[in-house]
Amino acid sequence: MRIALFVTCLADTLFPEAAKATVRLLERLGHQVVFPEDQTCCGQMHVNTGYPDEALRLVRRHARVFAPYDVVVAPSGSCVGSVRHQHAMVARRAGDERLASRAEEVAGRTYELSELLVDVLGVTDVGAYYPHRVTYHPTCHSLRMIRVGDKPLRLLREVRGLDLVELPQAEQCCGFGGTFAVKNADTSTAMLADKMRNVLATRADVCTAGDASCLMHIGGGLSRLRAGVRTVHLAEILAATENTETAGERDRLGVRP
Amino acid sequence: MRRTFLGMPATAPRGVGHLRGDESFPAAARKALGDAQLRRNLRHATTTIRAKSGAVIGEVPDWQELRAAGRAIKSDTMARLPELLEQLEAAVTGAGGTVHWATDAVQANRIVTDLVRAAGADRVMKVKSMATQEIGLNEALEAAGIEPVETDLAELIVQLGRDKPSHILVPAIHRNRAEIREIFLREMPDVDAALTDEPAALAAAARRHLRRTFLSTKVAVSGANFAVAETGALAVVESEGNGRMCLTLPETLITVMGVEKVIPTWDDLGVFLQLLPRASTGERMNPYTSMWTGVTPGDGPQQVHLVLLDNGRSAVLADAVGRQALHCIRCSACLNVCPVYERTGGHAYGSVYPGPIGAVLSPQLTGVADNASLPYASSLCGACYDACPVMINIPELLVHLRSQAPHPRSEAIAMAAAAYTMDHPRLYAVAQRAAGLGRVAGPALPPPLNGWTASRDLPAAPPQTFRQWWSENRSES
Repeated sequence: MRIALFVTCLADTLFPEAAKATVRLLERLGHQVVFPEDQTCCGQMHVNTGYPDEALRLVRRHARVFAPYDVVVAPSGSCVGSVRHQHAMVARRAGDERLASRAEEVAGRTYELSELLVDVLGVTDVGAYYPHRVTYHPTCHSLRMIRVGDKPLRLLREVRGLDLVELPQAEQCCGFGGTFAVKNADTSTAMLADKMRNVLATRADVCTAGDASCLMHIGGGLSRLRAGVRTVHLAEILAATENTETAGERDRLGVRP
Repeated sequence: MRRTFLGMPATAPRGVGHLRGDESFPAAARKALGDAQLRRNLRHATTTIRAKSGAVIGEVPDWQELRAAGRAIKSDTMARLPELLEQLEAAVTGAGGTVHWATDAVQANRIVTDLVRAAGADRVMKVKSMATQEIGLNEALEAAGIEPVETDLAELIVQLGRDKPSHILVPAIHRNRAEIREIFLREMPDVDAALTDEPAALAAAARRHLRRTFLSTKVAVSGANFAVAETGALAVVESEGNGRMCLTLPETLITVMGVEKVIPTWDDLGVFLQLLPRASTGERMNPYTSMWTGVTPGDGPQQVHLVLLDNGRSAVLADAVGRQALHCIRCSACLNVCPVYERTGGHAYGSVYPGPIGAVLSPQLTGVADNASLPYASSLCGACYDACPVMINIPELLVHLRSQAPHPRSEAIAMAAAAYTMDHPRLYAVAQRAAGLGRVAGPALPPPLNGWTASRDLPAAPPQTFRQWWSENRSES
């Protein structure tokens, strides 16, 4: 299958390993990945911070760039959620009904990685090997906006060597929330403290999720505490094999100590 | 039928009532977050209610259909609100009640004060009511020399503690029982000095304190959970029975109700009486449901008044997206599941309507500029939308209101610049690499981004962006 990668601005700029892993994983499964280079950002930050008028040009760009592709995948529940639930709204708000319907068409062909694997490609065992104790944080937008359900867990359960431990109060927000983390930094930090307490209670080596943004938040907190728990994007775990794992520990979603 | 022109939609006036806080949400939240006892009380209370509510909702096989029915009835109501209110007015009047129309808090307070004076009373007993808290009725009555006595146990705790409610359903949720015991010992004149902090002992003390009020007070003030346009019936649901005392014992009953509480038909009550208790207290059915239709000669209050309160609601109704906030049935399920509310409590929101619904309702009632920080008091996690028994899309509303909020100039400039850059891929690629280099400068970001680095490290800059890697490793061109 020919699959267009919607990389997301965050993975492109700060977490390229998650995006590279997405490419490697899909190629390993026998698919062709293309990267439309005119893509930039879905505009979620603008919409969620109260700038839908500024987001309009980004929505228009996104719909134009991805219109030619039958299947689009992003390593982010949040950005897929924005494409599905915000793009048409932003267009309609600006009175652009044509753009709204184009955006809806693109949204209908856009999948979060676990959705693509389980629902479209019909695989749960992707042939991964990852010999670590891992806990999974279901990010809010994956869980409640696009409702990926247990798809990430079904994928993780098939990973050889992986010891999956349940995260207590997993459904609670980590406190990221985009600009919320800056505008309401104290409240965000209080939410993060509880999330980290639960992550540490699992005694996992790795905390994973389907969104680099939430992992950046949780990982930034864990790093500040020097807690010894790494945050690794789901795509990187699913892309890992005996070869990559024996090649030595690479710093994946590493944060500066 | 009397026709009253309510005027062009106006927002709730300043200087009266409790819809505006003294400080922004982040500033107020910072204080609350520093109170470890408060956070402990809130975590305990919200966790308990969540579990209870989740269990009884799980028993209802058609819960999602009930939610959809609740939403449909409310949407229909809002689409023809003026017509339904006039129908309600006619039905209440026909049953011997008197209907008053109040454009805002000032008018509503004056109407109630005049009615109490006309009844010759200097004390009123109150059924727990959000509408009267919203308009600051207690303060208005006190200013007129009339003593208001809250009879809901939690509301009484708040009143005796000279405190403010911090939750729609459990106004004293921020207090634990040891604190409540102290308030009772200090404020109840005839309380037993050996009072313990056992819930039953505290309830008994409140009961003795209130019983004399019930038997000697001639006027009661209530809110209403529902008003049936078709029949003129008003409904109050509660747990304690104190409301029932107020609704049946006095000579005069004055009900202050937001105009959005009307529902079209008696049958519609069936939907909401299934939704409300399970979503709010986590009970299959609340212990007391009182309904009354005008005056019943020789039985109950013989003077029955209904004050229909606008106070900004017409302005909310005028916003096609925003109006779904008026669907709220005040169950407080969204507060109980909100990770922000659980940590800050209700006072941080400034308004009597805290939590996610408050963050979308208060700014609309006052105009967004007067509560500009509230739409941002959410991580948009979406738990509120899932919990809402009438499916109010609170995250959508929050984002909608953020677009109406006044923006800091520097932020607006940065956002416009970011959007421009992101619409020009070559420029964007340059900016991406600059961002990577910029972070070599140090671990702390300048304001306002230092909010991040106060508690979180920044990710290390990758040696190359994804698109650089792609062009080196995969690009066909």
